[in-house]
Amino acid sequence: MSSQRLVVIGNGMAPGRVLDHLFERAPDAYDVTIFNAEPRVNYDRIMLSPVLSGEKRFEDIIIHNEEWYKEHHITLHCGKRVVAIDRDSNTVVADDGTRAAYDKLLIATGSTPIMIPVPGHDLPGVLSYRDLDDVEAMLSACQKGGRAVVIGGGLLGLEAAVGLKMQGMDVTVVHLAPTLMERQLDEAAGHLLRKAIEARDIVVHTQANTKDILGTERVEAVRLDNGTVIEADLVCMAVGIRPSVALAKDAYLDVGRGIVVGDDLRTSDPDIFAVGECVEHRGQCYGLVAPLYEMAKVVAAQLTGDADMAYTGSVTSTKLKVTGVDVFSAGDFQQTDGIEEVVLRDAAKGVYKRLVLQDDRLVGAVFYGDTKDSAWFFQHIKDGTDVSEYRDTLIFGPTFASGDAVDPLAAVAALPGDAEICGCNGVCKSAIQDTITREGLTSLDDVRVHTKASASCGSCTGLVEQILALTLGDEFDPDAAKPICGCTELGHDAVRRLIVAGEIKSIPDVMQQLNWKTSCGCSKCRPALNFYLVCAWPGEYEDDGQSRFINERVHANIQKDGTYSVVPRMWGGMTTAQELRAIADVVDKYEIPTVKCTGGARIDMLGVKKEDLPGVWAALNQAGLVSGHAYAKGLRTVKSCVGTDWCRFGTQDSTGLAVKLERFLWGSWTPHKVKLGVSGCPRNCAEATCKDIGVVCVDSGYEIHFAGAAGMHVKATDHLCTIESEEKTIIYIGALMQMYREQGWYLDRIYKWAAKVGVDYIRETLAKPEELKAYYDRFVYSQQFMQDDPWAVRAAGKDAHEFTPITLGSKMETA
Amino acid sequence: MSGPEPAWVAVCGVIEIPQRGSRVLKTDAGCVALFRTAKDDVFAARDHCPHKGGPLSQGIVHDRAVACPLHNVVFDLDTGLARGPDQYQVQTFPVKVEDGVVSVDLRALAEAR
Repeated sequence: MSSQRLVVIGNGMAPGRVLDHLFERAPDAYDVTIFNAEPRVNYDRIMLSPVLSGEKRFEDIIIHNEEWYKEHHITLHCGKRVVAIDRDSNTVVADDGTRAAYDKLLIATGSTPIMIPVPGHDLPGVLSYRDLDDVEAMLSACQKGGRAVVIGGGLLGLEAAVGLKMQGMDVTVVHLAPTLMERQLDEAAGHLLRKAIEARDIVVHTQANTKDILGTERVEAVRLDNGTVIEADLVCMAVGIRPSVALAKDAYLDVGRGIVVGDDLRTSDPDIFAVGECVEHRGQCYGLVAPLYEMAKVVAAQLTGDADMAYTGSVTSTKLKVTGVDVFSAGDFQQTDGIEEVVLRDAAKGVYKRLVLQDDRLVGAVFYGDTKDSAWFFQHIKDGTDVSEYRDTLIFGPTFASGDAVDPLAAVAALPGDAEICGCNGVCKSAIQDTITREGLTSLDDVRVHTKASASCGSCTGLVEQILALTLGDEFDPDAAKPICGCTELGHDAVRRLIVAGEIKSIPDVMQQLNWKTSCGCSKCRPALNFYLVCAWPGEYEDDGQSRFINERVHANIQKDGTYSVVPRMWGGMTTAQELRAIADVVDKYEIPTVKCTGGARIDMLGVKKEDLPGVWAALNQAGLVSGHAYAKGLRTVKSCVGTDWCRFGTQDSTGLAVKLERFLWGSWTPHKVKLGVSGCPRNCAEATCKDIGVVCVDSGYEIHFAGAAGMHVKATDHLCTIESEEKTIIYIGALMQMYREQGWYLDRIYKWAAKVGVDYIRETLAKPEELKAYYDRFVYSQQFMQDDPWAVRAAGKDAHEFTPITLGSKMETA
Repeated sequence: MSGPEPAWVAVCGVIEIPQRGSRVLKTDAGCVALFRTAKDDVFAARDHCPHKGGPLSQGIVHDRAVACPLHNVVFDLDTGLARGPDQYQVQTFPVKVEDGVVSVDLRALAEAR
């Protein structure tokens, strides 16, 4: 039977989760088509606040990347808004005319931010806080600095205010109610929260009603109805959301505040489901992520014919995602009859806890300042547990209730199996424990991948780690390194240490002695092991070409069409007419199609056939040119400016130093490529301060910089030290190279290694004369085995099999 | 030249292919990669990754698989199927080794033309 057609309107978190569950249950049941009004893939909307505050980047919050859509053969229409549902022909139509027919339709249009229709609300500079476009608009406004007014002191408004503050804006919050977050907090907790917000230099106006927004070209100020005028370069409205129902209404589906659905999450048309913030279920609309995820499970079940699975509504809890402010609230705490309260205040510590009880059952809770036991209390609310036995000590939490010693793990151990740990993804304690045991998980990342627990907002990360500790016992090592690859349990550091300590000197021995799980490794671990052995045993270890990537095996760079590029070394960037003539002749003779300069200022010949490589090299060798190692995880180039030789600003002989450095460092293998730059003055024409290692010459000597990056990641260098003599500069750089060679993980550039071990540690180590000398001496020792031109030996016949194909043309005919 | 009988063609000695390595076999109908594992099993596959056309002969050979040099798609040499989530399959050819001589049945290669 061919697949049914499922069309999804909306590409937010709720439909994303429906599809996750659906593909898990029945990967091929549906051909899925998604219409997304936003021009991007599915991302974690509740993490927009950390993006705004700069604590995360957009790439960190993507839930489904493009590969995911490809893998599941989903047709994704990005930037197309559905404008009509034709229920007679079971078809939807997008604003650009795209049509899609469905057997089942899922409406997940979400919600729209409420814009208070005061005069001026449509001025440029007035934004909502809903999607990445809003965040990007805010971030670009922040670059100019100035004043921001946030209208709304609820969850989103406060997160926006703190984010804008962290981006350097002057921020004022304007809130209609007397208490911040009044829907989740009582007055006392609201007061503590206000003090914490004000302590961050954010001005808070409560009981403040916005009268109008002033400005001519764009927003200039906000005026309250008491006459106060607050200057503003940016206004963010975060006063609430409204389910997006227009599309459903136009299709004559039942619509109240939201799209009305039953416990099976079907709308009034049985072929049409709705999920997420656009839904109204038993009179309730939800704007938090946990209920959406609970709904998603049910929709997936219903879509795959499991008619018994029903959604019966959610008890919700709230946490504010502002670093350093712990606020939790759940259940009902608005005062009504038959309610008893237990309150604990510790003003000095800034802790406030309030429990609301009804008939010896917990019905609501508000915590400020200490929220670590919130999962335990929330479970009580959801279960309606009878607490009469330990009511007197209930507020002190699980540790006291169980009478155990104060052990951070005890609280988690005391939680029942069905206690919800991750509210965002609806994952309970036993589900995490079972998965850890069944899949043999050992790290937080593993748990995130397998269960999704703590993979959304991350506020339960501590709890998940405690469950890991509890489940694994002594085997849990929070600092455990990730294994190199699937062939081993060991991480890079452990493998390097054991190679040296155990005097292991070949790849088969490493695999034997360190219990490799595969017979012959894989394309990840073998190149790493080969480098680690090259580094540990210079002069003894025999390089294993078959464990090197093709570029290092044949000393040229493979191109997309299977041809190679060839880059001869030009020491410090210097060349001669004779060298250039030789290059020109080679290009002519071998009909090399492209010649260009590389980013490291060397000449690149592209499109060389593999069989021609030995010939090309022999010709270049004749003119004195050797391999430029443009393919190597090793020393690449030392870029230079002309320094005192020619430049009227040069302070030292930068070209001369670059040549000396390149002649000293060439041929060394390193965890990843190493590029240097030497600039003759602080004008820095050789761009030394974004190199792996850079030297900036000054009048008084040489500034050594390191750990820069200008690739996928861009980072300026850190200053290592300033040296008065050229000779000592070379010693320092040799020692730094050796330290990186001995400690860096394979495929980590210097900046990544430095981030792992710490820039200060590197600086302090090399500042000790005995350490400096030891590293330098080991580098010099190693170099004596490394500086043979790999081209010369291959031009002379080494590895001939690599460059000579077996030909068969005539044999085919006779076969 | 197609037919029920295998069309074995002797191509080279086993020792002419490096262990955990490969050789390229050039034919009128395109290139074939010959692989030799650490345990001296020999495989033959079209030297063309179905992903982006990378020459598989240039990849790292480990156990009974090869990793494409361009984007690291790993192919099982027994079946030609990509490991992991990718759905690619590279064409493989029957191989036999007798007295240290590698023969490949290249009927499928010719037929594909």
